[in-house]
Amino acid sequence: MEYILKNGIVFDPKNNVKGEQMDILIKDNKITDEVSSNAKVLDVTGKLVMPGGVDLHSHIAGPKLSIGRLYRPEDIRRGIKPPSRNDISGFEAGFSLPTCPTIGYRYTKMGYTTVTEAAVPPLEAKHAHEEINSIPNLDIPTLTLFGNNWFMLKYVKENRLDDLKVFISKWLKLAKGYGVKIVNPCGSEAWGWGKNVDGLDDAEPHWEVTGRQVITSLTRVNEELGLPHSVHVHTNDLGHPGNYETTLETFDCVKDIKKNRNVDRNQIIHCTHVQFHSYKGTSWRDVSSGATELIDYINKHNHLTCDVGQITFDETTTMTADAPMEYDLFRLTGLKWANKDIEVETASGLIPAIYSQHAPVSVLQWAVGLEFFMGVKDPWKIALTTDSPNAGPFIRYPKIISWLMSQEKLQDMLDNDVHSWATKRTDLGTYNREYSWDEITVITRSSPAKILGLEDRGHLGLNAKADISVYDIDVDDFDPTLKSNSETIENKLLNSKYTIKDGEILVKDAKIVKLVKSNHIWCNVKGLENSERLLENRIKPEFNKYYTIKYENYGVNDHYIKPDTQVNVEYMGENYESN
Amino acid sequence: MIEKPIKDYDKEVKNCSCSYCGNNCDDITYLLKNDEIVGVRHACRIGASKIINDQDQRLLSPMIRNDEGILEETTWDVALDKTARLLHNSTRPVLYGWGETSVEAIKKGIKIAEITGSVIDNQSTICHGTSIQAFQNVGHPVMTLGEVKNRADVIVYVGTNPMDDHPRHLSRYTTFPEGFFRRNGRQDRTIITLDPKYTNTAKVSDKWIQFNMDEDYLLFNALRMLLKGEELEEKEVAGVSTQQLEELIKIMKNAEYGALFFGLGVSQTLAKQKNVDVLIQLIEDLNRYSKWSMLPMRGFFNVSGFNIALTSETGYPYGVDFSRGYPRFMVGETTTIDLLNRREPDFFMAVSADPGVQFPGYTIKHLVNIPTIQVDTHWGPYTELSDIVLPSTRVGVETEGTAYRMDSIPLFMKKVIDKPKNCHSDEWILTELYKRIEQLKQEDE
Repeated sequence: MEYILKNGIVFDPKNNVKGEQMDILIKDNKITDEVSSNAKVLDVTGKLVMPGGVDLHSHIAGPKLSIGRLYRPEDIRRGIKPPSRNDISGFEAGFSLPTCPTIGYRYTKMGYTTVTEAAVPPLEAKHAHEEINSIPNLDIPTLTLFGNNWFMLKYVKENRLDDLKVFISKWLKLAKGYGVKIVNPCGSEAWGWGKNVDGLDDAEPHWEVTGRQVITSLTRVNEELGLPHSVHVHTNDLGHPGNYETTLETFDCVKDIKKNRNVDRNQIIHCTHVQFHSYKGTSWRDVSSGATELIDYINKHNHLTCDVGQITFDETTTMTADAPMEYDLFRLTGLKWANKDIEVETASGLIPAIYSQHAPVSVLQWAVGLEFFMGVKDPWKIALTTDSPNAGPFIRYPKIISWLMSQEKLQDMLDNDVHSWATKRTDLGTYNREYSWDEITVITRSSPAKILGLEDRGHLGLNAKADISVYDIDVDDFDPTLKSNSETIENKLLNSKYTIKDGEILVKDAKIVKLVKSNHIWCNVKGLENSERLLENRIKPEFNKYYTIKYENYGVNDHYIKPDTQVNVEYMGENYESN
Repeated sequence: MIEKPIKDYDKEVKNCSCSYCGNNCDDITYLLKNDEIVGVRHACRIGASKIINDQDQRLLSPMIRNDEGILEETTWDVALDKTARLLHNSTRPVLYGWGETSVEAIKKGIKIAEITGSVIDNQSTICHGTSIQAFQNVGHPVMTLGEVKNRADVIVYVGTNPMDDHPRHLSRYTTFPEGFFRRNGRQDRTIITLDPKYTNTAKVSDKWIQFNMDEDYLLFNALRMLLKGEELEEKEVAGVSTQQLEELIKIMKNAEYGALFFGLGVSQTLAKQKNVDVLIQLIEDLNRYSKWSMLPMRGFFNVSGFNIALTSETGYPYGVDFSRGYPRFMVGETTTIDLLNRREPDFFMAVSADPGVQFPGYTIKHLVNIPTIQVDTHWGPYTELSDIVLPSTRVGVETEGTAYRMDSIPLFMKKVIDKPKNCHSDEWILTELYKRIEQLKQEDE
């Protein structure tokens, strides 16, 4: 199929297109520069055109979601919407814990085409992939949890990085994972004994390995393999006042590790939901923002990127492999606590959270998130996330965008809506920045795609994937800086005029017109097959002793990942960029 | 009696998953001769008998009950057409069962429920549904079984008897095997059984604490009080001496890693979900001092998979009512037993379940008055009640598919032998029904 997307106002930061009126040509599933006379014209004169949205960190599939839904029917009821008669999508259910189909509907209508599931334990990877099969319309890479895996801990402890490298390469294949996720390294393992680790250099009691060792080792291995995405790190001490020092140390601990020569990304470490990791103080009474120091570090260094985890003032559900932190939250709030420890690999926990604009701590967290948006100068180092649903559900992205684009709106919130800690305990009041559409495109498309190492998307250049979103906003006649327009921004960005994925129109005039199967994106390292076989033989006896399923039944069978995109990586040995 | 090892086989298939209980043991070897299973290795007695001797009482052809009340063999087309028409024309259909089929089939069932406005429900409604209610009330601190094997030094079984019902639970997953931090297996662990009866699990435990039936709620509350350091005025609670309770809570408090398993003996006795509520709170409290987690002993091999698949698709774990076109869940309103007791349903289909065995008498009586369909592998009490019988195949033996263990670990179950000629998989049967119902809907328009 061929299309001409005519006369839209196009934002394509990677190709330096900043709001030019132009046509986008689509042939089959790619952007092209020439179409035949049969091409169908879609008139989008004056409308806002961007590449399809890319979310690099969200929780959308797998055991955490299932537990959440199972134990929070009150959240499911909040999001019920009967199937509409003039739309091919079915009913919706769930607010912070939408059902699988609902996740697909809502992201598609927002113009998103790629969403990363950020934490999958390999033992339950089949579950995640099975759920992805029920989510329509997205490309979904999954990040595999390694930060508390016993084999990893053993290799790190014995400094066997070659084995670790082969292990990661093999395990990504077994879990059909795309990248390496590290969550509270060593802390979630310590939770096996009801403990946590305190900071980057507090060794896990049994393994005597520290978070620093885990992060640096996995970063080294990630770069040696040349994986498209860098290590994706949820640092130690999440949600603890005073944790910004740990975060700063984590930023710094990998800075001398060399980046692989073949990768497109700039960073060697991605630190996720930094908002939750940026507090000063010793308790929730004397807590204040530590964002300024972290922002300063990010602005001065190029080896790291971050996403925010912006609070949205909702009643939501937190879910993380950082299980000890969830128990801390339970002690703090007394809300119903869920926990699931997963043998040999990780732990995980959930708890409902109520972020209120009248509660000092919620407001502090909200303001810290916005400080990052305001303070990080280069938008290519940052991505918009809510760590959905942890800081708020993903359907709030448009609302966040409305805050970022209007100082008037933000000032009004600071003056009238939110608790005074926003200005008293953070530097948010000192910033005076308004995001342009170009910068919004960067933090919701181009930068997350680049950080993930998915070069075929996040832009509209020749041969890019034909993933495009068009919003019913007349760019030249619309002033997003006005407070009075913020609701319009939210509304229009929630309901795209067109969402096009792989050259197919999925949404037209805010209605879903087509449902396609989601695509599983995973990373396949080539060139280590022999070493993998040897390692497998060595691991198997131990595996079968300490897991409770057989190694032979462990991997994700191919039929769970249809259709898939296999991102092939040729292993080239040590192949680093010179500093 | 010692059985002789089976030597007369020509093929072995390793690492099969057992399709009996919620343990889903995935280390089973099937021994085949002439493409028939003649033996199994590693399975428990129940699992083995289910896998080997399974041709007895097998349903082999579709059947419809005739005017004289006799089940008569018929063709698939006739049986499927009639089922589809009955379901399509009903106003309050219930689709029940699902504990012993694959997630793939369950997902087809959910689709049918959606387009027909049915209630879809599983065995949770009469088993651990109360536990799920408690999870919704209080919280859900669970673990995978390997955590117990590798770490647990104290294991408590309450109101459950795995030695008889989940025979390899202790031997493969919790008590006896060597764990990473428990090199001596059984010797490194303290096993405690709380049960009104002296069960086979109690026999192999270090401690059996007998308590009065239906006084679970009292018992667990007393344990919580003791844990908080409060003194009990009574000399005994629920038939257990205060001293015994103090000893028990001391062991639990001092555990390095404790695991508690509970069964229907907790979730279906007098206070039902309230029993589980307070048990969860006990586990939560214990985590202040030590590390504890808990798990319900799920019965069928995929009863947990149904809850998971239903939450993925509809948001709710069981008892989902589609009569308004979108899912609703309200225990007591949209759950099978309550619906049948109110005489609401006018169509009832059971897939891989036998309500004739599982339901109370008063409930079953209504099934006599409405069209009833059976989709299953074997003749059972429910066959005697059924108007239409659709013979299906055995997941993990004749049909492949996904199942979730009691601790929600997903397993892909193999197809090892061919199905009986005139049987079809649940997934196939439901897909055919779906197609036919869609067609009937179109004809209506």
